[in-house]
Amino acid sequence: MKKLKLRIRNGRVMDPANNIDSIQDIYIAKGKIVALGKAPDGFVVDGEIDATNRIVCPGLVDLRVHLTEPGEEHKATIASETAAAASAGITSLCCLPDTTPVIDTPAVATLIHERARQAGKAKIYTLGALTRGLAGDQLSEMSALKEIGCVGVSNALLPISNTLIMRRAMEYAATHDLTVFIHAEDPWLRNNACVHEGVISTRYGLYGNPAAAESVAFAQHVALIEELGIQAHFCHLSTARAVRMLGRAQYDGLAVTADVTAHHLHLTEMDFGLFNSMSHVRPPLRTQRDRDGLRAGVVNSTISAVCSDHYPHESDAKLAPYSETEPGISALETLLPLSLRLVEDEVLSLNEMLARLTFMPADILGIKAGRLAVGDAADICIFDPAETWMLSADRMVSRGRNTPFTGWEFTGKVTHTLLDGKIVFGPKAVS
Amino acid sequence: MIHQDIQLDENGRLRHFLTIEGLNRALLTEILDTAESFSGVTAQSVKKVPLLRGKTIVNLFFEASTRTRTTFELAAKRLSADVLNLSLSTSATSKGETLLDTLHNLEAMHCDMFIVRHSESGAAHFIAQHVSPHTSVINAGDGQHAHPTQALLDMFTIRRHKLDFTRLTVAIVGDILHSRVARSQIHAMTTLGVPEIRVIGPQTLIPVKPESLGVHVYHDLRDGLRGVDVVIMLRLQKERMLGAMLPSEHEYFRLYGLTEEKLAVTKPDAIVMHPGPINRGVEMDSAVADGQRSVILQQVTHGIAVRMAVMSMAMQRHPVGAAAGEK
Repeated sequence: MKKLKLRIRNGRVMDPANNIDSIQDIYIAKGKIVALGKAPDGFVVDGEIDATNRIVCPGLVDLRVHLTEPGEEHKATIASETAAAASAGITSLCCLPDTTPVIDTPAVATLIHERARQAGKAKIYTLGALTRGLAGDQLSEMSALKEIGCVGVSNALLPISNTLIMRRAMEYAATHDLTVFIHAEDPWLRNNACVHEGVISTRYGLYGNPAAAESVAFAQHVALIEELGIQAHFCHLSTARAVRMLGRAQYDGLAVTADVTAHHLHLTEMDFGLFNSMSHVRPPLRTQRDRDGLRAGVVNSTISAVCSDHYPHESDAKLAPYSETEPGISALETLLPLSLRLVEDEVLSLNEMLARLTFMPADILGIKAGRLAVGDAADICIFDPAETWMLSADRMVSRGRNTPFTGWEFTGKVTHTLLDGKIVFGPKAVS
Repeated sequence: MIHQDIQLDENGRLRHFLTIEGLNRALLTEILDTAESFSGVTAQSVKKVPLLRGKTIVNLFFEASTRTRTTFELAAKRLSADVLNLSLSTSATSKGETLLDTLHNLEAMHCDMFIVRHSESGAAHFIAQHVSPHTSVINAGDGQHAHPTQALLDMFTIRRHKLDFTRLTVAIVGDILHSRVARSQIHAMTTLGVPEIRVIGPQTLIPVKPESLGVHVYHDLRDGLRGVDVVIMLRLQKERMLGAMLPSEHEYFRLYGLTEEKLAVTKPDAIVMHPGPINRGVEMDSAVADGQRSVILQQVTHGIAVRMAVMSMAMQRHPVGAAAGEK
């Protein structure tokens, strides 16, 4: 498709990375931003998007998404989920290596990059496997993974129980300047439990996953990070205790960052309802105090990114007794809405919120995204901050309809998403 | 969103019986009173009433059970229902058939009621959410969540011996953490107005938030038994030793096994209960199990009357033909 010369007119342009927040026009040519405010000399507009009363911000960067292709295409595909991302204003997403086969060879990473390119709705970045097959006993070929474009390494949700192997994997990743993305959860303390160990596990007779499953693993990793002097990122924190430990580690000068999912900023163990499998997620939803601690961590930037942790499932995956259902939420389409709700609830400002959805996660991944400066790729999200709508599972774009947010009312709806200057979601530009 | 009142129909009558939680005192009392009227039937020489003639009841057991399944079967037969016993290992699901498939296949045979036992907490709720509107589901034990008919037969037994729930102190001893029986008993007793419920066991067998259940925790058996009216002993699963929750049966018996001597601190007329089957010499001494204060075998007998009461109440909710159009 021909890349048009576009003008996004009269929107409130917000780019936290460059401290921009004003009503102005954006000019796009050849997939890049060529000017803000005034048209460059000789610029002939092919098409225009009227963004009056709308917010124009960098396309969102979602640094944690489970892709079910390759391997579980019955759940969702790269094409279906990048379309969902586009509909939600997300232009860059980072997927975990737990596909089937695992991303532990350049071939699998290439396949994913290629399919994403063909789909053309969003940019997919990949994390390579930290250990071969994610089995936790042999290092993956990290150098090769980096060369092919993996932006970091991770063992996804699987533990590396041997701490010596963990140490070596971290050292080897650091050798290749790859950030290690850590799921901090002690597998023994987790005890295969799928709810937080607390009031709900007590009342409903379910095995409990204690807060210590996270804090024990967190402390163990921090000790290694400190010993080795490396850089690492903690994924989807769920406890107030881990946030406190993270703050302490940052204060001590360790190069550690962290993210949190949008759902952990809103839901607690009480959203279990009565065995409602949509609330089954890893790590589990915890207490109100944990939720408040996570919010505080986001506000003071201890936690620097909010992610979706998107995990689409076919309906059968959630139709079983609670413990037998698969964990995860189809969450791309609620990332921005749930984040905007924090703004509405005055937890943080819109500018601060957008920072945690754009350049801050981009910086964690070390990718050039989440910004609206001249010369940057025109990956842009335009949303109407006033439109109120209700989430209904059967109107979701993602093939996964597994969400606990059905019936929630949100304010703020994406109207257009641009990827490299091309409209991948929303009505055509007016010529 | 799923609500607690999935158990009740629009008129507040029992539709499914899944958990004690959420049912009010009047309804529990009605079940106990109905059971009382049926207990006469079970003592007659002709032990049948025609209440559920023509109804088909399926005992759907995904987990092994002798006592519970047998008493449900007897209860159904005494109500003149047709009974189908299905023992399905959960390996049926490993063949690719989901629980829902199994359920829909059985429903296609026009069953009126499922008695369900399953190893997963919440399984009975799950099934109740997916059966067609005219079908009732009775929970015969789901994972570690609930075993409401057991709890009610225990309440029935207590009521036979102690007139007033609101003056009782009751102790539950043993593996509270993994016990669906204990959870249902606690809900039943708090609903019926028992003012003091104690749970006694090592911390490894007590759930993390006992206060949310409204119980007091004791780690010492003698302290916990002092002055109680009712002692409920729980069964200890052997596999708890393997999970490093306890060092040995020997030590468990020494600390928490019920003996005549330990029983001496209770009220003189205290009764001793156990949901069965008993591990003699682990949970209690044979002298206690077979002793004067033991009402363990009565519990089994009462199980039939209580299950008859629950089944008949859930099935008689609507006259024939009223099922259509009901949500």
